Amino acid sequence: MHDIALEAIAGALERREFSSVEITSHLLERIERANGTLNAFITIDREGALRSAAAADAARAGGATGPLLGVPIAHKDLFCTAGLRTTCGSRMLGEFVPPYSATVVERMAAAGCVTLGKTNMDEFAMGSSNETSWFGPVRNPWDTARVPGGSSGGSAAAVAARLAPGATATDTGGSIRQPASLCGLTGLKATYGRVSRHGMIAFASSLDQAGPIARSAADCALMLQAIAGFDPRDSTSIEAPVPDYVSQLDRPLAGLRIGVPKEYFDPGLHPGTEAAVRQGLAELEAQGAKLVDVSLPHSPLSVPAYYVIAPAECSANLSRYDGVRYGYRCKDPVDLRDLYERSRSEGFGEEVKRRIIVGTYALSAGYYDAYYRKAQQIRRLIAEDFRQAFEVADVIAGPSAPATAFRFGEKSSDPITMYLEDIYTIAANLAGLPAMSMPGGLVDGLPVGIQLIGNHLQEGLLLNVAHRFQQATDWHRRSPGFTA
Amino acid sequence: MTISEQELARVAELARIRLDPDTVTDVTRRIGNILGMIDRMQAVDTSAVSPMAHPLDTVQRLRPDEVTETDRREDFLAIAPVSEAGLYLVPRVIE
Repeated sequence: MHDIALEAIAGALERREFSSVEITSHLLERIERANGTLNAFITIDREGALRSAAAADAARAGGATGPLLGVPIAHKDLFCTAGLRTTCGSRMLGEFVPPYSATVVERMAAAGCVTLGKTNMDEFAMGSSNETSWFGPVRNPWDTARVPGGSSGGSAAAVAARLAPGATATDTGGSIRQPASLCGLTGLKATYGRVSRHGMIAFASSLDQAGPIARSAADCALMLQAIAGFDPRDSTSIEAPVPDYVSQLDRPLAGLRIGVPKEYFDPGLHPGTEAAVRQGLAELEAQGAKLVDVSLPHSPLSVPAYYVIAPAECSANLSRYDGVRYGYRCKDPVDLRDLYERSRSEGFGEEVKRRIIVGTYALSAGYYDAYYRKAQQIRRLIAEDFRQAFEVADVIAGPSAPATAFRFGEKSSDPITMYLEDIYTIAANLAGLPAMSMPGGLVDGLPVGIQLIGNHLQEGLLLNVAHRFQQATDWHRRSPGFTA
Repeated sequence: MTISEQELARVAELARIRLDPDTVTDVTRRIGNILGMIDRMQAVDTSAVSPMAHPLDTVQRLRPDEVTETDRREDFLAIAPVSEAGLYLVPRVIE
């Protein structure tokens, strides 16, 4: 039952092959067995899941239908869930029970989804390996000696290990696409503003965006359909109608122009990954798409610009954690200053503190122009590169990550080595563009992801390209064969 | 660009982060390395480029000035580490 794809579950429920309670119970048992090894979940909501599964079964018995009605999924643990602990992978929010739910959570629930639990993640979504979580690292089901990627490592590991058919995730610099790539999954980061950020715990507000991680583009289309759309509670939400993503999936690719940026095939790209990506591009070409060379000359500057903008915004966003209103509070503070400093120092982990300090420095008097203003100028140059590329290409394609999943500890000793994991993904966040990763091969038994980047609001086209690719290939059906 | 231990201590204080004295040298070195990486931006002339604050260059949306939210004071106070009589409690500030 756990091998059934998300898109096929509603049909099976409709045909009464199994009930939502049955598949939910089955997945809960798998999660409970696997979590000791994988650590993909921070919180398992057995009671809540079975209750909503029973409600979905009753609704279906009463004639209700829907492609997600009774479908179990997991939420990344930075989406607030009213009454259910939401930790953001941090000691700071280790016991935090939100008084309201994120719009993403509300919309998935309204579509009939059952929440199995909350998935592990890098602390406050800052990391590319899931090693910064206060709740311990997540293991990659393809090889438990390796990382699942991050920051949405728990969502990716849960879906790859067939503990959940799909999971929500977020992407500030690659946190959906890189773990999807490292775990052999399909993941999509929407256009900035396409999915509401209300109730999504903030990291870097001009970059954060949500999206699904699942096995296929068809699965992702169903999830995106449910969560995309205007929300008055998010001041950056786009007021544009949401197209029918599912009906666009099958369009032929003949004549589609796929831009291949030469900067994404740099010496930092592993040769095996490059070969797999190029083979994937050849498959798209075989379906009638045309490959065109494009250049994104400022993309090498995306990492430095990002590591000013993201820490600057994080230092502002995380100033709210003061030990007073909610979250962790140190024991026996001697005065207010001690309360603030010790609550924050004990509540945050090393990487989070490092970024708060870098961000505070970049925004401090005398440095603002040299850092923040400069980074925002570079950001415009990067966005302008994309604008020009989209004059000759409909979609841009390249690798999602420089190589396959790495071992624990391999990159965690040096922050900059870790930051380069996101070298191909960050630019899309800076420019606010939709982007996805789809499985494109295996190197030494580990998955490789192909990244697709679209123009603003072109999620439908990205899913279309990925779906056509997945009709001709079976990389997205490969399973790590993880025994729960 | 490097950063001195004194500068780092000042910034950490601004951010209300207390550094363990044993780790200051190591934290300073790592943050210095990050600032060095960031400095690659300075190689590009951006004098004619306007900063981009929002990926879609949109303007802030306004809404009618009407009450749309309900009072949830109790719910929000309930998640505070320490509260009493409808107030957040902190160590004494004024003697």
